[in-house]
Amino acid sequence: MISGFNIEEATTQKKKDLPRISGAEAVIRSFIEEGVETIFGYPGGAIIPVYDALYDYQDRLNHILVRHEQCALHAAQGYARASGRTGVCIVTSGPGATNTVTGLADAMLDSTPVVLISGQVASNTLGTDAFQEINFLEITQSVTKWNCQVKRAEDVPAAIAKAFYIAASGRPGPVVVDITKDAQNGMLDFDYQPVKFIRSYQPYREIDNDQILEAARLINLAKKPMALIGQGVILGGAENELKEFLEKSGIPAAATLLGLSALPSDHPQYVGMLGMHGNYGPNIKNRDCDLLIAIGMRFDDRVTGDASQFGINAKIIHLEIDPAEVNKLVYADVPIIGDVKQTLPMLTEKISQNDHTAWLNEFRVCYNIEREDIIEPAIARRGAHLRMGEVVDAVAQQFDDAILVTDVGQQQMFASRYFKFKQTRSIITSGGLGTMGFGLPAAIGAKIGAPERDVCLFVGDGGLQMTSQELGTIYQSQVGVKIILMNNGYLGMVRQWQELFYNHRYSFTELTNPDFELLAKANRIPYRCVERHEDLEDAIREMRETEGAFLLEMRVEKEENVFPMVPAGQPVTNIRLE
Amino acid sequence: MEKEFIITIFSENTVGLLSQITTVFTHRNVNIESFTASESAIEGIYKHTIIVKNDADKVANLVKQIEKKIDVLKVFCYTPNEVVLQELALYKVQRSRNVEDLVRRHNVRILDIHDDYIVLEKTGHKEEIRELYRMLEPYGVYQFVCSGQVAIIKSQRELLSEYLAYVDQRQKMLNEEK
Repeated sequence: MISGFNIEEATTQKKKDLPRISGAEAVIRSFIEEGVETIFGYPGGAIIPVYDALYDYQDRLNHILVRHEQCALHAAQGYARASGRTGVCIVTSGPGATNTVTGLADAMLDSTPVVLISGQVASNTLGTDAFQEINFLEITQSVTKWNCQVKRAEDVPAAIAKAFYIAASGRPGPVVVDITKDAQNGMLDFDYQPVKFIRSYQPYREIDNDQILEAARLINLAKKPMALIGQGVILGGAENELKEFLEKSGIPAAATLLGLSALPSDHPQYVGMLGMHGNYGPNIKNRDCDLLIAIGMRFDDRVTGDASQFGINAKIIHLEIDPAEVNKLVYADVPIIGDVKQTLPMLTEKISQNDHTAWLNEFRVCYNIEREDIIEPAIARRGAHLRMGEVVDAVAQQFDDAILVTDVGQQQMFASRYFKFKQTRSIITSGGLGTMGFGLPAAIGAKIGAPERDVCLFVGDGGLQMTSQELGTIYQSQVGVKIILMNNGYLGMVRQWQELFYNHRYSFTELTNPDFELLAKANRIPYRCVERHEDLEDAIREMRETEGAFLLEMRVEKEENVFPMVPAGQPVTNIRLE
Repeated sequence: MEKEFIITIFSENTVGLLSQITTVFTHRNVNIESFTASESAIEGIYKHTIIVKNDADKVANLVKQIEKKIDVLKVFCYTPNEVVLQELALYKVQRSRNVEDLVRRHNVRILDIHDDYIVLEKTGHKEEIRELYRMLEPYGVYQFVCSGQVAIIKSQRELLSEYLAYVDQRQKMLNEEK
């Protein structure tokens, strides 16, 4: 008979000569066992014992004190996505816990591995509406991959081991371990056993070889195939496997927003970004495709537009680790369930060497149209004011191998369109949840997760003000984030929709802004403002050459629109160039 | 087209599991017609039987979302003709000769007899239970309760045991790799 995973069972067998420590210290030592180096957190009443234990481990764990718990999560997300490791957060009960919900939801939708330890009131006061008590398990049920509550010190190591395994395996996601104060204070004999198996959770299944053969057959027959690269390639570390597949098959490849940088921007078969503000070719050619090979992506509506029309003339092969994503939005003729790191090479082995030059050239033609109509005008140094496209282009030229972090809105779309990627894990952006305020804390996490790389954050004036308190974190922890503030005095994306679809009725989208120079100075961050085209390069150079963080304010055109654009809910082939 | 489906869920017995399951339904605005839960034949594994009316595609997605929950072992989905369904009902009714006739004709058990009322128990299909209620109604039903429906599959294969055997094998493989 199989033994189910039972925390209590696993921890009641008392062993001799194990260190006797508190539940709080067990939290810290479990982190060390899991190889954790950095924690993002914020202390509070119900988590003081853990912080007290942390006091003795400061030489082994780097704790970043954020200014708001939401940002602990976003920073952990940025850290996880830049480094490929699990992000770790600690917060207190009640408001500390509820503040993290947006971050958990963001990590859930964007499949980011995060472990959150939340303090909880003592177990004998649970359910009494005690001070700073909230039913956090219930609240986080739909925004976590898994959650649990620990009420006994001896259950701490097993719960944390399980949390780390669940967060990072299969399709990654956020996990919450809610620990009561008495469990933190109680004593246990510390014995850490990493979890590698849970009987009710089988994230890796046997790969169906028949589906591989059928997919290979379709690929070999296809005249106009297109590969759709999702974040699954990055999460699976399958960038090389992807390249080998593409180079053998000769198939043109487009990326989703989160799939950007899995393939270098200058790869000859890369044809651009999918989606609402993606490139012209991959959208307009959607109806011409006879085969779509979706690789670790989930057919988000921002990618598909009207899903019933998506790939209407194409067979669809869907390589996906999460069975629940298959046939959820778009019917897959050939589903291949598994980690793309495993399934892609199996597929590559079975396909024949091929060449799709003529088909690839059709995308080149589309690109040339887009370049002439959209890209060149967008990045040109022209007009009375700076524009976001030219700013992104100018930054990309001087930071040619940086991690791009964005906030949400117009700058996110301009940045993802015009930034260039050389290596993987080079884009960190809130794709699924579209969380304004994500950018600044995520950039902090990214820089800490990949200290050797430059981190460029593009953020709007609206988004920066949602989490601008984190400038204090940047100062205290000396995080060298390069912040490019696109200040147009509007909530630009909503304003664009109001202009295009709501008859220019700019309802509450105009911002009267604070003096960002003073904001930078208050946080002792070097600052410069650019208003004229001719100062752009020099200002970016100054930012690049300045050690550490920098806030570069770009006073950009107030009413600029992002194009191309697929109107929401319409087929992607209805993409508008103006 | 909306049809009736019987979803059976096998899970660990963890705190909050019920809300893990129901959140999948509320997220998709799917109404639960009937719900029962109890320990299964295998110690420590719980079985939940949920009946929904919806279209097949939506239910197929729902099943996958439930199975994705970490503490859920396995989910199966059936149409009504693949299972034997039963529910249990209790009726508290006024005593009368007519009621006693109905008791005899409908194979109803008498659980309790008082001067003023009797408590009847009937197990059967949902329709039979409703029908008996309609027939008793004219004679005065004081109270009526009925359980959710429980289901047992007609197939001889024990699907959960097959899954557990598979998982067992996976664990052995993992241990050998170490």
